[in-house]
Amino acid sequence: MIWTIARREITSMFVSPLAWVILAVIQAILGWMFLAQIENFFVLQPQLIELENTPGVTDIVIAPIFSLAAIILLMIMPLLTMRSLAEEKKNKTIYLLFSAPISITQLVLGKFLGLLLFVLILISMLMLMPLSLMPGTELDFGKLLSIYIGMVLLLGSFCAIGLYLSSLTDNQTIAAVTTFGALLMLWIIEWNSDQTLFHYLSLLAHHQPLLEGIFSSTDVSYFLLIMLLFIGLTIRQLDGDRLQH
Amino acid sequence: METPSHPSELLVRIENLSRLYGETLAVNQVSFELKRGEVLGFLGPNGAGKSTSMQMITGNLAPTAGQITINGFDLIDQPIEAKSCIGYLPENPPVYRELTVIEYLSYCARLHRIPSTRLRSALDDAMQHCGLEQVGKRLIGNLSKGFQQRVGIAQAIIHQPPVVILDEPTVGLDPIQIREIRKLIKALGKDRSVILSTHILPEVQSICDRVQIIRRGELIYHATIDELNKRGQGNSLTVAFRHAPPVQELQQLAGIQHITALDEHRFQIQFEPDDFAEQLVSQSVQHHWGLFELIPDNTSLEQIFVELTTDEHPDLGTDAEQAA
Repeated sequence: MIWTIARREITSMFVSPLAWVILAVIQAILGWMFLAQIENFFVLQPQLIELENTPGVTDIVIAPIFSLAAIILLMIMPLLTMRSLAEEKKNKTIYLLFSAPISITQLVLGKFLGLLLFVLILISMLMLMPLSLMPGTELDFGKLLSIYIGMVLLLGSFCAIGLYLSSLTDNQTIAAVTTFGALLMLWIIEWNSDQTLFHYLSLLAHHQPLLEGIFSSTDVSYFLLIMLLFIGLTIRQLDGDRLQH
Repeated sequence: METPSHPSELLVRIENLSRLYGETLAVNQVSFELKRGEVLGFLGPNGAGKSTSMQMITGNLAPTAGQITINGFDLIDQPIEAKSCIGYLPENPPVYRELTVIEYLSYCARLHRIPSTRLRSALDDAMQHCGLEQVGKRLIGNLSKGFQQRVGIAQAIIHQPPVVILDEPTVGLDPIQIREIRKLIKALGKDRSVILSTHILPEVQSICDRVQIIRRGELIYHATIDELNKRGQGNSLTVAFRHAPPVQELQQLAGIQHITALDEHRFQIQFEPDDFAEQLVSQSVQHHWGLFELIPDNTSLEQIFVELTTDEHPDLGTDAEQAA
């Protein structure tokens, strides 16, 4: 049941130009960035050889790309998540789901899984860039895996937050703007603040260690909790929609 | 899906259903029952609570109070089982414009847990019933309103539910499509329960077995269509004679209560006994009046509707006029 809904989500994304455009734009920007970083690496290479415990190509070329990808996606993900429930409400297609023999939990999980599948496609496409270096150099696959998991967790959290904010309104623009605001807030919350609470709340503060290959259960739990929290809130919101319109 | 069978085959039971929107009581203590094989017409002026009731019966809206039982399943305690017995067409067909008809209906079929082995035949059946064979590969967004409406109906019947609930199914269709859809609804009503909301009164008279009228959230009239037809048909007709006798002569006829001359040929007659029409015809032949028109006045539902929905509530008048 969850899979049926997720599949419909993905189909709808890919029959409209939106998904393709987002994939293309991100790929183009990061492809350019990738080339620039490789050039940078060649410039730095002579100096690196003299260092002990030198950072490898994974640290110098790949980590910065995904660091940038995180920020670009922070701006783009709201455009994907805004549709998921707001559009259904606006077009009244939500009635189809509400009167089908499925629970709200299945409905929300299906929606989330659909978004997550898109995210997996997106990250896998980006991963092809570092993998293209394989014939020429040695990659640190442990770090790559850590980066991959980090991206999935980060974007999964973006999706969960976007999904919730999309369930609050039937206006897609409002859903996009509030999601963008919330994500941005969770990014900049640690700036100019040495309070540990704010630092703890920041999405990117938990993402950075994963990019560096530090796989800490605190960071992973943080992302899982964010996803769980916002999926739960979405279920609650949709249940409440039936009580008061 | 295993469905418990009841001897009475009571498929829908609504008890004291109420719904508050803030301070407004949109639906107030509505109760009714529906058996298999019945088509129920749900009438009312705009904003009377028809759609709200239907949304509650289909689980789209939680009732403030009351109980809904579908095919023996309580909608609140066993929502999944109850909902699998319902096919629902909301006011606006819930279609995804970016999908083709086949893609969309396959999705609906999967949502209703139709196994993939039966998917193809379920799809073909629904498309054939609703006349969609020609447009299966077209995008729903490019179809006309009438076709979108038919896709909406196909969606409601694809899983062969015992209870079908249609909210204004013939809105936006052309006369030929309306006739086809009515035929379809009649066919559905043979072995299912159908609830139909509309404000097209002839539609109700032609396809429903029972009628109920809702006003300001309350059920104010409830009758079978036979009762209604009797009440309406029995006592009024319009006749036209080529060589009309004077009104006084007609008034002598047995059973006439009231007669109005519409023009020099036509008369509207209100009468008492059931066999009045036969008498009139034989009289006409005897006296060579040249009867060439005899029309039973069959506007009772409209009369009842207007009476019930407008009296002592002038603020509702315009709505009821539109609805009528």
